[in-house]
Amino acid sequence: MTYQYMEVNNKKVEITGNEKNILEVVRNMGIEIPTFCYHSELSVYGACRMCMVEDERGNLVASCSLKPQAGMKIKTHSKKIMNTRRMILELLLANHHQDCTTCEKSGNCKLQELAVNMGVKKVRFKPRKPWQDIDTSSASIVRDPNKCILCGDCVRMCSEVQGVGVLGFINRGPEINVVPAFDKPIADVDCVNCGQCVSICPTGALTIKDDTMKVWEALIDPKKKVVVQIAPAVRVAIGEEFNHTEGANYLYKSVAALKMMGADYVFDTSFSADLTVVEEASEFLNRVVKGEKLPQFTSCCPGWVTYAEKNCPDLLSNLSSCKSPQQMFGAVFKKFFAKKMNIPTEEMFVVSVMPCTAKKFEADRPEMSTDSYQDVDAVITTVELARMIRKMGIQFEELEPASLDMPFGFSSGAGVIFGTSGGVAEAALRYATEKLTGETLNEVNFKEVRGLAGLKEATFNIQGRDIKLAVVSGLANTQALIERIRNKEVNYDFVEVMACPGGCIGGGGQPVPNTTDARMNRSKGLYDIDAKSTVKKSQNNPTIEKLYDEWLKTPNSDEAHYALHTHYGHKKRIGGMEIKDEEKDASIEKIVISVCVGTNCYLKGSYDVLQELITLAQKHGIDDKVEFKGTFCLENCSNGPSIKVSDDLHKYGIQKDETEKFFTNVVLPRVK
Amino acid sequence: MSKIFEELTLEAVNTPKIPCREFINAKLGLVELSDEKIKLAEELSTIYRRESGVFDCQIALCKGTGCHSSGEVALWEKIDQVLREKGIRDKVNIVETGCRGFCEMGPLVEIFPQHIFYCKVKPENIEDIITKTVMNNEVIEELLFDGIPIAEQIPFYKKQVRRVLKESGHVNPENINDSIVHEAYQGFLKATQMTPEDVIDTMKQSGLRGRGGGGFSTGLKWEFTRATPSEKKYIICNADEGDPGAFMDRSLLEGDPHKIIEGMMIAGYAIGADEGYIYVRAEYPLAIHRLEIAIAQCKEFGILGENILGTGFNFKLKIKQGAGAFVCGEETALISSIEGKRGMPTVKPPFPSTSGLFGKPTSINNVETFANVPLILNNGVAWFRQVGTPKSAGTKVFAMTGKIRNTGLVEVPMGITLREIVFEIGGGLKDGAKFKAAQIGGPSGGCLTEEHLDMPLDYDSLQAAGAMVGSGGLVILDDKTCMVETARYFMSFTQNESCGKCIPCREGTGRMLEIMERIVIGKGKMEDIDLLEELAHTIKDASLCGLGKTAPNPVLSTLQYFHEEYLAHINEQRCPAGECASLRVFEIVPELCKGCSKCARICPNDAITGEIKKPYIINQEKCIKCGACESACPFNAIKVG
Repeated sequence: MTYQYMEVNNKKVEITGNEKNILEVVRNMGIEIPTFCYHSELSVYGACRMCMVEDERGNLVASCSLKPQAGMKIKTHSKKIMNTRRMILELLLANHHQDCTTCEKSGNCKLQELAVNMGVKKVRFKPRKPWQDIDTSSASIVRDPNKCILCGDCVRMCSEVQGVGVLGFINRGPEINVVPAFDKPIADVDCVNCGQCVSICPTGALTIKDDTMKVWEALIDPKKKVVVQIAPAVRVAIGEEFNHTEGANYLYKSVAALKMMGADYVFDTSFSADLTVVEEASEFLNRVVKGEKLPQFTSCCPGWVTYAEKNCPDLLSNLSSCKSPQQMFGAVFKKFFAKKMNIPTEEMFVVSVMPCTAKKFEADRPEMSTDSYQDVDAVITTVELARMIRKMGIQFEELEPASLDMPFGFSSGAGVIFGTSGGVAEAALRYATEKLTGETLNEVNFKEVRGLAGLKEATFNIQGRDIKLAVVSGLANTQALIERIRNKEVNYDFVEVMACPGGCIGGGGQPVPNTTDARMNRSKGLYDIDAKSTVKKSQNNPTIEKLYDEWLKTPNSDEAHYALHTHYGHKKRIGGMEIKDEEKDASIEKIVISVCVGTNCYLKGSYDVLQELITLAQKHGIDDKVEFKGTFCLENCSNGPSIKVSDDLHKYGIQKDETEKFFTNVVLPRVK
Repeated sequence: MSKIFEELTLEAVNTPKIPCREFINAKLGLVELSDEKIKLAEELSTIYRRESGVFDCQIALCKGTGCHSSGEVALWEKIDQVLREKGIRDKVNIVETGCRGFCEMGPLVEIFPQHIFYCKVKPENIEDIITKTVMNNEVIEELLFDGIPIAEQIPFYKKQVRRVLKESGHVNPENINDSIVHEAYQGFLKATQMTPEDVIDTMKQSGLRGRGGGGFSTGLKWEFTRATPSEKKYIICNADEGDPGAFMDRSLLEGDPHKIIEGMMIAGYAIGADEGYIYVRAEYPLAIHRLEIAIAQCKEFGILGENILGTGFNFKLKIKQGAGAFVCGEETALISSIEGKRGMPTVKPPFPSTSGLFGKPTSINNVETFANVPLILNNGVAWFRQVGTPKSAGTKVFAMTGKIRNTGLVEVPMGITLREIVFEIGGGLKDGAKFKAAQIGGPSGGCLTEEHLDMPLDYDSLQAAGAMVGSGGLVILDDKTCMVETARYFMSFTQNESCGKCIPCREGTGRMLEIMERIVIGKGKMEDIDLLEELAHTIKDASLCGLGKTAPNPVLSTLQYFHEEYLAHINEQRCPAGECASLRVFEIVPELCKGCSKCARICPNDAITGEIKKPYIINQEKCIKCGACESACPFNAIKVG
């Protein structure tokens, strides 16, 4: 093999020809070229111009979009480049709402970081954009257009990775803006609250809706019993907020911190994940026996559930009716535990710590309540928990780990791997296989469904029946899979869907950078916990067994359905706008005839023509098929009266006495 | 002669207005006629209307947008009416042609066979034209341009080399027969007898460079696109002409749409594309209308579609109307726009020649470039290179506007001097004003000054002078034009038209405009000049697309050539050209003032006071610089400084 070289900053660098771009070559050398709009997961956009390098001829080229070639010579930090980067930052800052000290993103803001690193000391321009309203309509996401640097990362994330595409550019030049569809509030559009846009936003333009004050108030309130649940994916990510190794388990330090803050009970959502497995897998087995509503789609991801309600009404009956682990936990506490412990519902305050922004929306859903109280009172994300820890002044690193409260602090390994893509499927398999075969399952690792691939498929032969599984993460991948299912190109029995790439470990509430590397480490962390756990199957969790004995009786019982299951409905895509039923509309489509009643045409008798046309339509009994409009100026004043039929035909100079001829020759044939 | 023509027109479809289909088929190579017959027919065809004995006379009306909007429609009706009254309607043919370029003098009317060229014709002149010129061969002096009866002898046309514009203004753009008679599709037929590689080679040898601004070799562009393997390829014609004051592409499309279609077909044959798009601004309704007609007629004649004229080559053509964004003239933004996406440029590489429209290899060329293609194929490389310079061969069409006497469209050899264009073709400046500068290449270009009057206009010389050929906009400025204000105008144009994608262009042009706005009202500081230059270089170096990379040019070029004007605005709050309204100072010259009080009465802000029959005084603090007093003063006593 012959080696190829290029020169970076007068240093010879070997290239393989497989590098995506020059940026990758330079970063591999250990030199960080700043970028705003380049992310390896997204398409190359080339807008921020921060990654420019200087070529041999002294021209600047964007390193994100240029492939390395043998013999190429570039400089990464020439005077010209440094001046350019500084000027770009200065221009951005001038138009940026510089409230760094009070900004949510402070400390994690790329603009702030680069401005410091590139030595921007002074901004020579005054702000020029008028103040724009902050959009707080969503339960999950806050959009502050005043901080947007228009890098388009969120736009591409939403459309390319999530296939949702609710964010887009409007206007041009100095007026350009990133807004939700039709410039409506986020809550009124097709947003599924996944928060991936927040994860990728380099500034404070998109942030998580902060619910920490709700939690503080409950913690401070002596009358409230604060019950906290921590989701599986939180434990392997929160360490990143305190500069710890990615993927290590910080569950018990988090418990200690929450106890210090004043939480009365701290439990594990992995416990209710075990409960979900039992309910969902039993439901699945029932469907398999009956051969109906297959494939069964999982329903523990609220981003996916919202997506399905808005985009796939035909598949809603295929979704498992099980609530998510978060909501099962809330239901168990408010409907069962509270009564058992004699705590009045209004005094119990259930807090979830989630890797997910959509969980905030889910907790607010009207279906998720007991006695007019929501089952979960507040949802905070991993990032918000870290913020609370810092606010409290807790030295996280030095904290003595504390154990979870019992009985709901115990969970199986199956409940823990819920936090990563493939985990739900694997947990369900551990349950279903045993139920179907009636024998104890010894080999519990279903490695076929593990890993961060967007789509994983596997077939397992259990008791002579092939069970076909698909595990998909990322909504764009999901949409593609659904299209194939609808077209009957593929068929499955069970489909696990996670809205965020890699599952909950890559959720929108996780620390940034929320990159593929970070997701890989977190996923590994969860599988390590599972490997070390003593109980690996949900059905073997003793608390679950006890819960069925004392309350639920059997999986999918009436009691279980009342507390742990839910239902879905077809949701409008855009607030206030009905979804068009195309077939229905086509049958009643009217022919629109616009007659100009502008001054010129009016003087030439257009009003009489219009009257005559209406009379003729009534006479021919087609007045329900034709819509007449008096319209203003069709811009052919000299040849009036002007008439427009539908959108494609213009007629000029029709006089009153010619109206009948026009009606017979032009209007009537179109109606028929 | 006329016997043979009659023979040929025996099968004429309806009237002798449409020549014989057999002849057209022969021109298209579908049937064989004897050489003698063809030769005679060709000679005849060019003059068939006026000398075939069918019509005694032909009246050609220019229907370019300029003439059209200055009243051509009314003329047609009037001519028709008068001819009927005189009972000679069947003897006289009325033809509406495309733009003749001499728009300033429109509406233009040419009478054949007398060859008399009338300017600024009004409906009330028609009666005279018909009774005197048409019926009695008399020339009406008042309607001539400078007393010159023949168009070709008018200085405006004399110095021009009309190649791509040759048929524009002579053929009826809505009748394909007329174009075919005038050699349309002959270049295509010649191309299909060559290999695609040979066609590309011919283009390379011709030295044709992109007429849309960049000046990249057309042959090379095609070669790259041909070299990319793909089942599907596209040809795009960029007719998104958006420079203020430029209308070359519009006139070509309106005047001779078949030349463009033919150029695209040859390009399609050369690169292996079977589909083409014409991206034309929706603001050009007449161009779109005529293209639609031309495409429909081509389909009818088998010139577009499958197995075109028996050559085995397939080609279809679609029109895509642009919604008016200037940036869509940038090739990658244009592609996005056709694809139905937001018209924003994308990164290059990949270049369209490797991944263009719908991800397929695509060659995008400008209207004028395509118009040159059939000419090169038909007349040969040597003919093409007869005019122009070795590195900039052929001609270039300029849209000449501004303070020039003969506004209009001119086609000149590359390498002509600015002096020849301005003073010979353009007839010098309006009202005998002094030439100050020419803004060339629109908002992406720069200015040329007196010192450049004798410099040859070609791609490389212009680049060296800090300007560019661009698409061919040429705005002539006189000494009453403020260069700072001109640069500010172009800056406001580009910052408005910036798509907003990349930071240097979106934010930087806005900031440059801000500074320019400050300077023209006398609030600029000396540091502003450094800041302007710093911004300009960042925008030039770092912008994503051509729009941004060239946006600072008007400012940089005026800073270079008219530095002292900037200094006067900043240091003395004075506009040397007297154009910047907020810097004007109105003063009453006491010696000239008769004390009539007219100015004081008209002043909207009561800034003028005085006693009757004594000199009045303007209160500078109250003066809002509206200029009302200046126009009101009967004694020219108000001095503007």
